[in-house]
Amino acid sequence: MPELRYREALNQALREELQRDERVVLMGEDIGVFGGAFKVTEGLLEEFGERRVRDTPISENTFVGIGVGAAMTGLRPVVELMTVNFALLAFDQIVNHAAHIHYMFGGQARVPLVVRMPQGAGHQLGPTHSHCLEAMFLHVPGLLVATPSTAADAKGLLKTAIRDENPVIFIEHESLYGVRGEVPDPPTPGTGGEEHLVSFGRAAVRREGSDVTIVGVSRMAVTAQRAAEQLAAEHGVQAEVIDPRTLRPLDLDTILQSVAKTNRCVVVEEGWPHGGVGANLSALISEQAFDDLDAPVRRVSGADVPMPYSKPLEDIAYPHEPQIVQAALAVLGGVRA
Amino acid sequence: MAQTQPEPGGTRVMRTPPALPDPETAREWLATMTLIRRFEERAGEMYARAKVGGFLHLSIGEEAAIVGAARALREEDYLIATYRSHGHALARGTPPEQVMAELFGRVDGCCKGRGGSMHMFDLKRRFMGGYGIVGGNLPIAAGIALSSDYRETEEVTLCVFGDGASNQGTFGETLNLAALWKLPVVFMVTNNQFGMGTALKRHSAVTDLQRKGESLGVPGTRCDGMDVLDTHTVVSEAVERVRAERQPMLVEAITYRFRGHSMADPEQYRSKEEVTLWRERDPIPAFAAELEGAGAIDAAEQARIEEDAVARVDAAVEFADASPFPQPESLYDNAYVVDEQVKGRYH
Ligand SMILES: Cc1ncc(C[n+]2csc(CCOP(=O)(O)OP(=O)(O)O)c2C)c(N)n1
Repeated sequence: MPELRYREALNQALREELQRDERVVLMGEDIGVFGGAFKVTEGLLEEFGERRVRDTPISENTFVGIGVGAAMTGLRPVVELMTVNFALLAFDQIVNHAAHIHYMFGGQARVPLVVRMPQGAGHQLGPTHSHCLEAMFLHVPGLLVATPSTAADAKGLLKTAIRDENPVIFIEHESLYGVRGEVPDPPTPGTGGEEHLVSFGRAAVRREGSDVTIVGVSRMAVTAQRAAEQLAAEHGVQAEVIDPRTLRPLDLDTILQSVAKTNRCVVVEEGWPHGGVGANLSALISEQAFDDLDAPVRRVSGADVPMPYSKPLEDIAYPHEPQIVQAALAVLGGVRA
Repeated sequence: MAQTQPEPGGTRVMRTPPALPDPETAREWLATMTLIRRFEERAGEMYARAKVGGFLHLSIGEEAAIVGAARALREEDYLIATYRSHGHALARGTPPEQVMAELFGRVDGCCKGRGGSMHMFDLKRRFMGGYGIVGGNLPIAAGIALSSDYRETEEVTLCVFGDGASNQGTFGETLNLAALWKLPVVFMVTNNQFGMGTALKRHSAVTDLQRKGESLGVPGTRCDGMDVLDTHTVVSEAVERVRAERQPMLVEAITYRFRGHSMADPEQYRSKEEVTLWRERDPIPAFAAELEGAGAIDAAEQARIEEDAVARVDAAVEFADASPFPQPESLYDNAYVVDEQVKGRYH
């Protein structure tokens, strides 16, 4: 299998879907001539032309709404928001319309729309450009939410998202764009081969272990794996690391099965703690697997502050391996520490 | 030509009055306006009797602006409106039974009781919905127009919204984008002179709303929204021009809502005299008189139109009342399109 960067895998997914389905149209700020703020759409304008790869003005709420209307009437728009922070300007169209139209109109219309955006801290961009907001979208019925953490998932989930009949919030991570990973080859015309699609609602077990379950969301799936290696090397603790890959639908079964085995769980996310993904997961696990738990579910999250600019502060405002290791040892009650 | 402040009786745009359509067409317009009026009156009564919940925004007084515009469209064209859109659905052909049942929150409503008064929708008739968010329908309209254009069809989208909505960011954003991308969409601002209780001159620095798209590359025009013929003529011109030239236009229809903004509106922001003056220009008797003068209709026929409308509304109420409420088990229906990724309701 060839190694691709996360951004190249996304680019490949978009290219393949543009080739496969004439109804697929890309829209977003600087996705064409400029090639995308994070270069995900590089080369697509040249290949597919302005009719299908459309640079938009800086009007987030409106071009997401245009995506909604176009999706209702036969197209499969993929809208790029430069970062998740600008999705807040489009929250009206995303929540009031994209998410609700199918329900509100009694099932008459569908909104097969993908809204892509990157998130994440680490680049000293301060409080308006650094947050992780997957929990805000997770909150909304009617949306599907994907948070790929590997190049293969980035490609496979995006292709699936574009083919799905529901609106999908597709959240990439800024720090992962340059990270390489193995991605299955596209099928070659004539000789065939399987297309690389990743189903929604199937968590990936990134590392097997029997002592503690660590669920990591978005980039935190990667950080959790590193923490797990540290736990094994330094503390003799075998952690099972689960990447949910999609938050809606959520593969709770895989998480519960793991908890039934380990009896302990840590949820790691980069976003804020209150009303976060971890809060939600910990409630679900407590409700559905209380008897399996030997300790309360523990959350590791970003700090409960707007993301500070200053490097030392930013560093401590989102989770790194040590906090995850500590949380795992804490739910193990210090037994093995 | 155009006046900055609309005055009762003073908004008719000075141009050669257009010729009446053939008598059959004219009668249908009158009948549809009458149906909307009777429907809205009855909806108000049903609200008072607690058959209808939530908000109820009536279009009484605005029937000419609705019917004149809707009749400028072809069957394959799209119409998209606001929370004040029972009349638009009816004009597009949605059976009054389904609209009333939606108001009653019943399973046979056009949206199965999920949308209510503010969220009518009829995909089959290309009525692309009522939207409860002021200004929220403009981007969607542009998206529909993009789809029409992309699929290389001749379809045009008519997007109706209020004077208040012209202050939303989506107004500027959408007009700019529609002009930039040459989308076949006609924006129609139904200037009923109030956004809730705020008068036009108190909410918009530019009160000549037809000009509000100029700086965005969207030329504007104006019609007398109290006159179905004038509205039809102006909107038809705009629709056909947009269809041919692939360039959006803005139409301002000057009209007046005779009732409160919604049912809970003591109307302290305007005088009884002002309302009375506008009611003297009631578009329905005005058009009936015009038709009678032209010999297109007689008193007997007018009476028949009136009786028909009342009978249809009676039937709609009866139907709505007999339709069941949705079953509790159906609560989660259509939250998602159930498909490969979504196997059932979200747990
Ligand atoms: C985004 C948003 N803000 C406020 C409201 C509350 N609201 C409902 S209707 C309305 C007035 C809108 O006036 P206009 O656009 O002129 O339309 P009209 O009601 O006169 O038809 C307001 C403020 C809303 N529904 N949506």
